Amino acid sequence: MAETHSLQDLRQAAVASKVFVQRDYTSGTICKFQTKFPAELESRIDKVQFEETIQTLNNLYAEAEKLGGRSYLEGCLACLTAYTIFLCMETHYEKVLKKIAKFIQEQNEKIYAPLGLLLTDPIERGLRVVEITIFEDRSIGSR
Amino acid sequence: MKNREYQQIDPQALATPTPTPPPRSLPEHKPRRARRKWEVFPGKNRFYCDGRIIVARQSGVLPLTLGLILLTSGLFFIFDCPFLVKHLTSCIPAIGGVLFVFVIISLLQTSFTDPGILPRATPEEAADIEKQIDNPTGSSSSYRPPPRTKEVVINQQVVKLKYCFTCKIFRPPRTSHCSLCDNCVERFDHHCPWVGNCVGKRNYRFFYTFIVSLSFLTAFIFGCVTTHLALRSQGGNGLVNALQSSPASALELVVCFFSVWSILGLSGFHTYLVAANLTTNEDIKGSWSGKSGNEDVGNPYSYNSMIKNCCSVLCGPMPPSLIDRRGFVPSDDSVQTSPVEIELPAAKNDINMEKDCLDFALSCAS
Repeated sequence: MAETHSLQDLRQAAVASKVFVQRDYTSGTICKFQTKFPAELESRIDKVQFEETIQTLNNLYAEAEKLGGRSYLEGCLACLTAYTIFLCMETHYEKVLKKIAKFIQEQNEKIYAPLGLLLTDPIERGLRVVEITIFEDRSIGSR
Repeated sequence: MKNREYQQIDPQALATPTPTPPPRSLPEHKPRRARRKWEVFPGKNRFYCDGRIIVARQSGVLPLTLGLILLTSGLFFIFDCPFLVKHLTSCIPAIGGVLFVFVIISLLQTSFTDPGILPRATPEEAADIEKQIDNPTGSSSSYRPPPRTKEVVINQQVVKLKYCFTCKIFRPPRTSHCSLCDNCVERFDHHCPWVGNCVGKRNYRFFYTFIVSLSFLTAFIFGCVTTHLALRSQGGNGLVNALQSSPASALELVVCFFSVWSILGLSGFHTYLVAANLTTNEDIKGSWSGKSGNEDVGNPYSYNSMIKNCCSVLCGPMPPSLIDRRGFVPSDDSVQTSPVEIELPAAKNDINMEKDCLDFALSCAS
């Protein structure tokens, strides 16, 4: 239906609209996004694929914020050194954020860019939303 | 971050289709002067060291806090320690030194760390939220616009999320807007004038370490100075002579005596808050204590175990700063956003006051 785009093509494409996936606060203040499929994407991408992306994102954020032995160890060590290790060491959360950035880039390259969509890393929006940019389809009569 | 490449596609810049894109690409690769995000930050904060250090606009009484601590500790090390080392043990300056280092480091970290500021919504986000608010409520103003709240159920408790007119977002749970700093801060505890910054999610553990170590330091100095004066007056000289021979001790005694009660009290209060996983803001408002007459209210964020609450608040993973102070403003946006930013502060105060009054009125009514 839509012609395949690459990431390069998207730079010259016009933005049709943006969709925002909001945070899901039903589990408290942890970072989690709603998996509800936005209506505007129905013609562009498969619902299951989209939900899988969001669910993987949620799992990655849950891993970053997990309260377990490792985070307690990091916290206690930091406390003993008057938190000065935060100045030299990369925290577990930051490591997972890098993993998330890589995951989003992969998803964009493999799945979203060919469909004329672009995911924005939520950290660029203060972890408030997952912004999905919908580009105009350049193929004639696709809509 | 690699994702920054995607942000350069700006809808406003691409609104007029140009047949020759190459000339446009040059400014993107070599901006005239790349501006960092802290330079265009809309809140009332000040930045130092090229965005590495963030403080509130009014430093409050932070210089006083620092001055008092440095003065009292300095006097202690200079005047009391030599006597105590000679007559008691050399552990005293060692312990004092460790406590002093802890106090100063945690104070500076509390003051200079981003407390968990939420960046404001982008224009597209704000428009999207506005659309969602207007749709379900249908026709708005007869004389009162619809209350901008959203309800969410957390752990079987109904929590109301309020819309922030300044930041144009629905505030996450436990987030509050600090009017002094003009920012929404996550897990907002309070704005502390003594440290000259808000205390929120990211710097609460530093703040707690600061007040606990300060109470230990104050109590320690108080105890040592009392011992020093007691030992001096034991030599048959009497208390007055002892004070005269070491006047600095008198000053330290006064400062410590008046501060130890308040700081110990504050430490105790915050220990209770940590164990119950509450914030000062929630405690003062009585959000979960059933003051509003609802008996089913309980703190939905508590793990119902004091140890787990303490661990999660103090030893939990350190969340990242969301405002990306040292990132570069995308060159396409910088031309558009800077004139807007300059205009806003003049009108912002009036709009803020109006919105704050409206928000306050609605919150009273709801």
